[in-house]
Amino acid sequence: MGDVSVAAQARPVAIGPVTLRRHQVVGLFYIVLAAIMAVLAGGGVSAGASSTFDLNASGVAVQLPKLIVPSAGTAYVLSGLCAFVGAIQLVRGFGTRNGIAIGAVAFLAVAVFLVWAASGRSMNIVGVLQATVQRATPITLAGLSGVLCERAGVVNIAIEGMLLTGAFVAAVAGSAFGPWIGIAAAALSGGGLALVLAVLAIRYRVDQIIAGTIINIFALGITSFLSARVLTDVPELNNPDRLQPIAIPVLNDIPIVGPILFANNVFVYSMFILVGVLHFGLFHTRWGLRVRAVGEHPRAADTVGINVLGTRYRNVFLGGLIAGVGGASLVIGASGRFDREMTAGRGFIGLAAMIFGGWAPVGAFLASLVFGFADSLQARLSVLNVPIPSELLLMVPYLVTILVVAGLVGRARAPAADGRPYEKE
Amino acid sequence: MRLELRGISKRFPGVIANEGIDLVVEPGEVHALLGENGAGKSTLMNVLFGLYRPDEGEILVDDKPVEFHDSGDAIAAGIGMVHQHFMLVPVFTVTENVMLGHESARGPVGVLDHADARRRILEVSERHGLRVDPDALVEDLPVGVRQRVEIIKALYRRSEVLILDEPTAVLTPQEDEELFEIMRSLAKNGTSIIFITHKLNEVLEVADRITVLRRGKVVGQADPKTATREQLAAMMVGREVMLEVDKDDPNPGEPVLEISNLVVRDDRDQVAVNDVDLTVNGGEIVCVAGVQGNGQTELIEAITGLRAPESGTIRISGAEVSLDPRQVYLAGVGHIPEDRLEEGLVPGFSVADNLCLNSYFLPPYAKGLRMQRDVILSNATEEVRAYDVRTPSILQDVGNLSGGNQQKVIVAREFSRPLKLLVAAQPTRGLDVGSIEYIHKQIVRKRDDGSAVLIVSTELEEVLALADRVAVMFQGKIVAILSAADATPERLGLLMGGAHPEEASVEEIVAHVDEVVA
Amino acid sequence: MTEPTTPPPAAEPTAPPATAAPAQAPASAPPPGPATRLARVLGSLVVPILAIVSGLFIGALVIVFSDREIVGLLGRDPLAGLGAAVDSVSRAYGALLTGSIGDPGRIADALASGDARSFERAFRPISESLVRATPLIFAGLAVALGFRSGLFNIGAEGQLYLGAIFAVFVGFTLTGLPWFIHLPLTVLAGFLGGAVWGFIPGILKARTGAHEVIVTIMLNYVAYRLLDLLLKNQPFQRAGSANPISKIIEESAEMPQLIAGLRVTWWFPLALLTAAGVSWLLFHSTRGFEFRAVGLNPGAARYAGIRIGRTLVLTMMISGALAGLAGASVMIADEGTLTPGFSPGYGFDAIAIALLGRSRPLGVVAAAILFGILRAGATPMQAATQIPIDLVVVVQSFIVMFIAAPALVRTIYRIRTPRVSGTEVFSKGWGT
Repeated sequence: MGDVSVAAQARPVAIGPVTLRRHQVVGLFYIVLAAIMAVLAGGGVSAGASSTFDLNASGVAVQLPKLIVPSAGTAYVLSGLCAFVGAIQLVRGFGTRNGIAIGAVAFLAVAVFLVWAASGRSMNIVGVLQATVQRATPITLAGLSGVLCERAGVVNIAIEGMLLTGAFVAAVAGSAFGPWIGIAAAALSGGGLALVLAVLAIRYRVDQIIAGTIINIFALGITSFLSARVLTDVPELNNPDRLQPIAIPVLNDIPIVGPILFANNVFVYSMFILVGVLHFGLFHTRWGLRVRAVGEHPRAADTVGINVLGTRYRNVFLGGLIAGVGGASLVIGASGRFDREMTAGRGFIGLAAMIFGGWAPVGAFLASLVFGFADSLQARLSVLNVPIPSELLLMVPYLVTILVVAGLVGRARAPAADGRPYEKE
Repeated sequence: MRLELRGISKRFPGVIANEGIDLVVEPGEVHALLGENGAGKSTLMNVLFGLYRPDEGEILVDDKPVEFHDSGDAIAAGIGMVHQHFMLVPVFTVTENVMLGHESARGPVGVLDHADARRRILEVSERHGLRVDPDALVEDLPVGVRQRVEIIKALYRRSEVLILDEPTAVLTPQEDEELFEIMRSLAKNGTSIIFITHKLNEVLEVADRITVLRRGKVVGQADPKTATREQLAAMMVGREVMLEVDKDDPNPGEPVLEISNLVVRDDRDQVAVNDVDLTVNGGEIVCVAGVQGNGQTELIEAITGLRAPESGTIRISGAEVSLDPRQVYLAGVGHIPEDRLEEGLVPGFSVADNLCLNSYFLPPYAKGLRMQRDVILSNATEEVRAYDVRTPSILQDVGNLSGGNQQKVIVAREFSRPLKLLVAAQPTRGLDVGSIEYIHKQIVRKRDDGSAVLIVSTELEEVLALADRVAVMFQGKIVAILSAADATPERLGLLMGGAHPEEASVEEIVAHVDEVVA
Repeated sequence: MTEPTTPPPAAEPTAPPATAAPAQAPASAPPPGPATRLARVLGSLVVPILAIVSGLFIGALVIVFSDREIVGLLGRDPLAGLGAAVDSVSRAYGALLTGSIGDPGRIADALASGDARSFERAFRPISESLVRATPLIFAGLAVALGFRSGLFNIGAEGQLYLGAIFAVFVGFTLTGLPWFIHLPLTVLAGFLGGAVWGFIPGILKARTGAHEVIVTIMLNYVAYRLLDLLLKNQPFQRAGSANPISKIIEESAEMPQLIAGLRVTWWFPLALLTAAGVSWLLFHSTRGFEFRAVGLNPGAARYAGIRIGRTLVLTMMISGALAGLAGASVMIADEGTLTPGFSPGYGFDAIAIALLGRSRPLGVVAAAILFGILRAGATPMQAATQIPIDLVVVVQSFIVMFIAAPALVRTIYRIRTPRVSGTEVFSKGWGT
């Protein structure tokens, strides 16, 4: 199982300087994991049962045949592969390609899990992946918001509050003036809260985590208050039009990939574009170089004439705009109405995705996909009545994040001046 | 470019950092700004570089008054600065650091053009003989190369006046020489250099003109061709310096600290202390001399239990102590740490609490879990008086005291109990002359009481004044141990710079001195 | 400065050198006299009081501008609109106060008549406020203790969940025990549950440097899911119920009422006692000296022989345990049953309370009682005026903002800036 694999894989590191070399411990772990998978999944399914994977999205013209595999046999083969990777790791290690090995083991573990879960059932894998992308969208937008702020050196834990406010404003403005105005208003509301954060953190040098907490409390209070006081009386203000998916011709018809990537709504497409634009901007343009310098060594940036505080204000505001759009995506792109506390911690998961993704837009996106996958998988499994508590899968993003910040899976390095107020001497 | 400062004054709350300073820097000259720590040199340069706004006075470039609102303005006017603490982003490459703020970029969104920047950097570095790899990450570069990157950064912006703030503080004597070579070559090509330092030899070696600052004012100018060290020193401190500490000959007793085959790794997991043997006897002062960053910090940390050694043994009075600061403390070791605000004191705690910072858990300060406030306060009252700590109250936050008084709090805490061994790292860094004399006197008194004393100092004058024996440390090894009589400044200088002990004989010194003079 | 109730000098911002006696006679400087002490205490109350007033004022604005009738009236007839606004606000805050403190007339009558019924009715509001304040005191102490050691425990909410889970488990599993054994065991279970959840970020910070803010946020969500999971399964789920609700604790595990007829239990005095205990721990014990030294300057603490890692773990465990007690105090009362969302965010209010109380136990108690009053009064306010209870959350957020940014309050009210700043910066970013 995915979550457990990452957890235990890290254990050797936690032990610290042991006599066994580190890569050997990791290798041993992979082998033990393979054995566990073989016993639990291979032995846990009824003999002769097969797992069926449906590779077609609903309503697609070109139908692919279903992938039907014998459950036990496949589980054993995949576990064997995992053991093989472990053996190589044990004998000589993977050196610089260590990440690939971790990825392969994680993939095998997830695959074995899916084979076990789909044993005797049919699971629509494309449906799961479609949902993954949709569920990853607000998380990615939250993560991008975090990347923009923290790369400039401002810790933003108020993303949750910005999402919530964005969702509320999108519902009201979207109901009154249509979805596009709703999105714009949501973005501005996120930007407005971001400016409050920026003023508190930069001008008044309030501890940034405290400032973020205050904004979260405020956002929770004001949206709940207004939805109870206004939206219950005037339900017309909580009924915005939703943006429907737009299928991109031709690309949409590519089997498997098409329905997952090219039949989405505007939020998903803008998320794709934003990830690319921000990643390129941050690492290949003048703007990005300056932003990163401000987040790493503000005094150095100052001495070459870069406006440190201005950069921080601008980036935090941009981050707020994006978080506001993320909030709008929950309403105008998905549920079609605002509900109290509807963000349910997605802002914090976005923060986690940012860290897991190494403070880079593409990284944050990939991490969001992992979290979105865990989310959509648990939804699918509970529909299929698979005997595993959905809560365990829902814990995955949080547990993975803890492991990442503890440096147990890869080491994420935050911008050096992250969270520190800058003061001219 | 001709640069002139007229009547510059800059005040901070309670301090006049600069008062009516006049300074003229002619094109192509190396102008040394000499002064003690706190004389106002750095403030003046920050004014010149646009980081501070002067309260009074004006800056003239080629006789035209200019106003700098930030460092961008100063850079645009052709002024470049190499800060004492390098202004480089460690995770950026050399190219990225150099072009930051003056990027080579294309198109409306400003796509970075690394190739163009790299080409221009190589151009600058070849013209001035500043070798550097443009694609290296700055965090991987040694200190001397980072400094070169800083100089390239300034030249890349076409600086005509280059400010070097204490550039030799972190360099070895060899690197010093290379730097002076670069400075001379730059000056020959018309770049003016303002060279900030408090080291007399360097000034005499490289400067064309010397301006001496004291307490925020210009106290005089000197011509390096005619001035002597003694004259400059007198101008700098305001009276004849008496660096000689009044002390009797040592009366060494039994060995107290015995280190053998010690190997210690630093934070980056590099071997910082490499197979060191050292013995310090009761009743003598041993100074470890060396340029900063040659393993002294790690050596002290190992002795005081702050850093676990990789191998080797450390004995105190014959017994191996467990590697834990508390056990070391209980074994009778006093420690004046290198950085008083990072390690020696807790700002936010009162003077009284800081005076029992490492004994708070022992009777009579505590009984079991319960701290004995009365005892702590009466002890503090006594020590503040005994060690002449100037504080309005023992309840005063120690962070509000002056540096000298903060150091006295540490000295009071560490000296007010019987010590077998005293370990002091940079015990007088950044202090005024009065405090330095006081602390030196206390250290000698501790020696005379029979304690073994180990001092780490990068200040040659301090080493010469205090030591009964000198151990020179270079690249993690103790390369020589000299008696006080053998430890001449020239010889120590050579050893600190990595000369082989046999080479550093009298003949070599004479040759070296001749070379310098020539 | 030697009486036991006074925090030691290190905790108090001391007068700057410029205003104090000259330095000539260092050791003989007299301690500040009672008059200056009083002035200082009053001075330190200025910002909190202004923050509370400003928070309530903004709450009033929110009430007015979320009322369409009043807004419409203000447009047509400003004077009448203003009257309606003042009326609406005073009715809301009036209901809040009578709902949380009580009706003075009724209290006087009750005291005069001595009738048990009217006594109950008169004091019920205060009792409700104290019931609400109790978990807030525990959780506020948890966050404040963390702040003192330089740790930002955002995870009080999760630790509170674990405390509640452990306490309820012991409360319904053990049967047939006398109350004087069962009750302490239940309290202890809550303490341990929180300590376990605090241990995780503590050990991760000590061993790997993982920032406690991120780890505790994540553990909050893990705790929510864990509760969801437990309440749907045995042994927690109530027999015969399809809802996520736990079994009811045994009567022997219930905390007795403080005064018959009122909901406030002995948990409240226990919370006050705990505050005194935390105060002693922080300011009069060697452990507290270590906690504060690590919080203010870890480098110097290490130099002084204090084990940083152990101190961090211990602080997080005690902090978690205090939050666990908060959870237990909600559970082990008359309800005695665990449901999802049993906490209306006590753990987050706790952050606000620790800030408002300046991380001093006495301040925490005062701030917790204030928040308890706001929370307890909100429900009757909603019943009487249809103004949603969430108003108090908005008010709280502004109070904390003004507290956290004292410069903001000083700018608004044009107060002279004191030379020693009152708020400490707690977290150091998660850079390096």
